[in-house]
Amino acid sequence: MAAPVSTVGKPSTERSPFNTTSFQKKTRTKLISIPGTRPSVQNGQLLVSTGVTSLDYLLGGGLAVGTVLLIEEDRYDSYSRMILKYFLAEGVVCRHELFVAAAQDNPDDILQELPAPILDDVAIHKPVEQPRLSCEPQDSLDAMKIAWRYQNLPKVQSALASSSRFGHYYDVSKTMEPEIRQAAKCHCFYLPEHPTHTMLESYSALLKSLQEVINREGFDVAAPMTKSRNILRIGLHSLGSALWGDDLSCHDNPRNGHALTTFLYGLRALLRSSLSVAVVTVPSHLIQDRALMGSITRLCDNAIALESFKGSERETNPLYKDYHGLLHVRQVPHLNCLASKLPDHKDLAFKLKRKQFTIEPLHLFPFNMFVSVLNLSADDNEKSLTLVLPACFYYRVSKSKVKLY
Amino acid sequence: MFTELNSILNTTPDSFTQGDFILLSDRQSDASFLIHHFLSLYLRARCKVWFLGLVQSFNHYSAISQRLGVSLTQAKEKGQLVFLEGLNESLSVLIPREADTGSEAMGFLRDPAVGLKSLYEFVRTSATSSGGGEPEPEEWGPPVLLVDDLSVLLSLGASVGAVLDFSHYCRATVCSQLQGNVVMLARCDGEEEEEDGDDGGSERLLRGLTHQCSLTLHVQGLPTGYCRDIHGQVEVCWRRRRGDGRCTQKKLFQYKVHDKGASFFAPGTSSAVL
Repeated sequence: MAAPVSTVGKPSTERSPFNTTSFQKKTRTKLISIPGTRPSVQNGQLLVSTGVTSLDYLLGGGLAVGTVLLIEEDRYDSYSRMILKYFLAEGVVCRHELFVAAAQDNPDDILQELPAPILDDVAIHKPVEQPRLSCEPQDSLDAMKIAWRYQNLPKVQSALASSSRFGHYYDVSKTMEPEIRQAAKCHCFYLPEHPTHTMLESYSALLKSLQEVINREGFDVAAPMTKSRNILRIGLHSLGSALWGDDLSCHDNPRNGHALTTFLYGLRALLRSSLSVAVVTVPSHLIQDRALMGSITRLCDNAIALESFKGSERETNPLYKDYHGLLHVRQVPHLNCLASKLPDHKDLAFKLKRKQFTIEPLHLFPFNMFVSVLNLSADDNEKSLTLVLPACFYYRVSKSKVKLY
Repeated sequence: MFTELNSILNTTPDSFTQGDFILLSDRQSDASFLIHHFLSLYLRARCKVWFLGLVQSFNHYSAISQRLGVSLTQAKEKGQLVFLEGLNESLSVLIPREADTGSEAMGFLRDPAVGLKSLYEFVRTSATSSGGGEPEPEEWGPPVLLVDDLSVLLSLGASVGAVLDFSHYCRATVCSQLQGNVVMLARCDGEEEEEDGDDGGSERLLRGLTHQCSLTLHVQGLPTGYCRDIHGQVEVCWRRRRGDGRCTQKKLFQYKVHDKGASFFAPGTSSAVL
């Protein structure tokens, strides 16, 4: 089971000094409270945010601890890399530990490109403000006459409250400040630093390194409770690419087609027995074997595929002008329960805005846009009409008019 | 245990055919909910159950079985259930350490070309040791072997021939020798019409297994597309031997998976439609 919520003990809650009343929310002693996590409403699993709130909603509230999210990369690895950075940035903000593995870029470079979080109540390191004492006569102008109970509260919300929020927003145009980033503990695995002789060894070296970190830092569920628990966020970039020594993306019939799948099986075994969550990106557009891609998907719990419009004819298609690409949900897990929560819409599109990565259902084809496209091709003297229409309309084109049913 | 499926298959915890090899398969869908049905059915029928849980952790099966009214931990303590947790055992093989002396059931991971003999040995020793040996404190019914799932063995490097051999040996031991049942899950990903020359490993496995079995339940998505209220269709196929020839009987149902079970209905009679 992914992160059995009831078996890990809970550290004692600290009473916030800023409560206006002496009432404290009664929490069941069996629930653990790790910052940045919340229990799922469906089956009580512990969820973490992926850093993208719309992706959290798609996955059923968040990423369950102990599971793997597979992201099939888009053609130029721009948006999948962005989601990986969101995931790691969310880990920094929630004070989780990070493990980044890459073969192409140095993990330190990836960590330096993390987007800056938008926090109204800024930093994690600011010292907690003391409540103002009510015996300060010089603030008579500020003294509250009606809401005098709130006199003692500080004007600015402290950092304690911000870290308990689930899911944050990031500004993509700025990079995260080094002070915030260095506050989080990061473990890096850069493949050229671990020379291996054969291809299979690169994945087993990675698996071994992961297990070492999990055991050493105490993320194992079976480990004794010496200190408060934390989550390990694992980001594995571009597994299956040729740089990992794998020939999955080079040959139609790879020699050792099961190297990546065996690694994913071992990764699942590690994750199910520890408080960690992994995001893996795979360049699926290079892997020709659909059945192999299917078994890779089945060995990961969540799976999404990104298809960006960059460089394709869809970039200029007026149907898609509001979006940057399509997002396909390949798999949603059903751990510890029979039914999985499938998304309502299957046609999803994403757009990367400066402060948000939005994922929306692809809206129905509006009629006025249809008319404007028709006019365009009439002017160009084109006899044939090629349109991308969603399958919800039936249409018949005759010489004089178009009928929509 | 899904009561509607029991009435379709004509089984109850008190009466079911023995010596059956039941194949659960799916194509671009997920048939694992059927494994939970058979697990809870045979545990309620007081059979001795061996479960090779290769893809999920024990807690997952335990949590779902709890909702279906069966406690796996209790069954394990009483000795009714023997559970092989593939994920746990595989870690000691994939990341070898000096002081490890775990069970060798997943030993094929070291060198998949060798075959699945070690996994079969695990099944055989636990099956036959309970037959002879010390007297059991409780009398259990016929033995049942459940495997979830076989296709992951292909992903871990075993060849199709090795997996077919494994299933054949298991059938010979459990079905013929011990008059028990075997339930195996095999998953498939591609379209049925595609014939990838060299690959299609899971297709070949599925065809080979279908030939050996006496009952298949094939789960697929709806041919008309995605629907929130109907999760897919199940094709139940009985392959019984009557004299010389084989008598096959096929039935098609649509299903919906709930929190605590699954409901099966004739095509077109979903409660969402009527």
